[in-house]
Amino acid sequence: MDSKQELAKQAERQAELEAMDPALRQALGDFKASVHAWSDAMVSRPRTVQQTVVRRTWRLVAGGVLTSVLIAGAVTGELYEHHERQMQQARFAAERTAAQQRELAAQRAHEEQDLLAKVDSDVSRDVPSALEPLASLMAEDATR
Amino acid sequence: MATAEEIAAQQFSDTVASCRPQIFRFLLASTRDVDLAETLTQDCLLKAHRNWSQFRGESTVMTWLMRIAINLQKDHWRNRRLQFWRHASANSVDVEEASSWLPSGQSSQEQQLLAREKVAHVWRAVEGLSERQRTVFLLRFVEEMELSEIARSTGLSEGTVKAHLSRALAKVRAELGGK
Repeated sequence: MDSKQELAKQAERQAELEAMDPALRQALGDFKASVHAWSDAMVSRPRTVQQTVVRRTWRLVAGGVLTSVLIAGAVTGELYEHHERQMQQARFAAERTAAQQRELAAQRAHEEQDLLAKVDSDVSRDVPSALEPLASLMAEDATR
Repeated sequence: MATAEEIAAQQFSDTVASCRPQIFRFLLASTRDVDLAETLTQDCLLKAHRNWSQFRGESTVMTWLMRIAINLQKDHWRNRRLQFWRHASANSVDVEEASSWLPSGQSSQEQQLLAREKVAHVWRAVEGLSERQRTVFLLRFVEEMELSEIARSTGLSEGTVKAHLSRALAKVRAELGGK
């Protein structure tokens, strides 16, 4: 922006302000000065970092607590899983023993059944020999 | 030897650094919240840095930055209106505190008190302005921007800027006259 334009703008602004009533002009001038003073003071004010540090400390504490909770959870989970595994193995072993016992009982029952069948067959074979004469008579009647 | 990126960054830094106080001042006057004004100023400069390559020099850097700042401020209020369940901004200082800032001149205590009262009246009037009226008023009477620059920064026509300015001044005048 060249100086002519700058001067023209200043003149325009001056004319605008002069057109206003003095009280308004004064008030607007004070307002502008006040905002500038406030802004300048805020820009150059010392910044405090205390709150940030406190927040960081809280974050560290919260992080530590969270980590502890996670570790405790992991350990508890692992223990629970181990316990569950042992219980399952015990259940499997009990089931296996029960199955073996059932198999043994079934085998015994089968053997007993075989033995009884053998006894029956032995007895049934003896009976016809005792009735042999009657059988031969029946055979003779048939040939006649 | 500096790379093209380094040169661009340095150029941005040199150009924008001088505008920073003015952007902050405008945002501070608009929001009356120091923390919010600082955050929005940072956001404004960050956005400007990201879009620096797109700046064609059709307006001054100040006008371009001010436009970004105004848009960021609008977005902020829009988002806050939607997030109504959040704690309402209690960081804005009240009119009395805002008007307590005056340059330390040679004026007497009485004059200082009088000036403080007038400033408080203007703050009250500014508080009652619509968003656009307030923006136009602050750009004109605090930042001393030209009407054409205000029009470019706000995206309004010069005629609309004049109309907003006239209504804003009428309200300020009424507030001062009603004391």
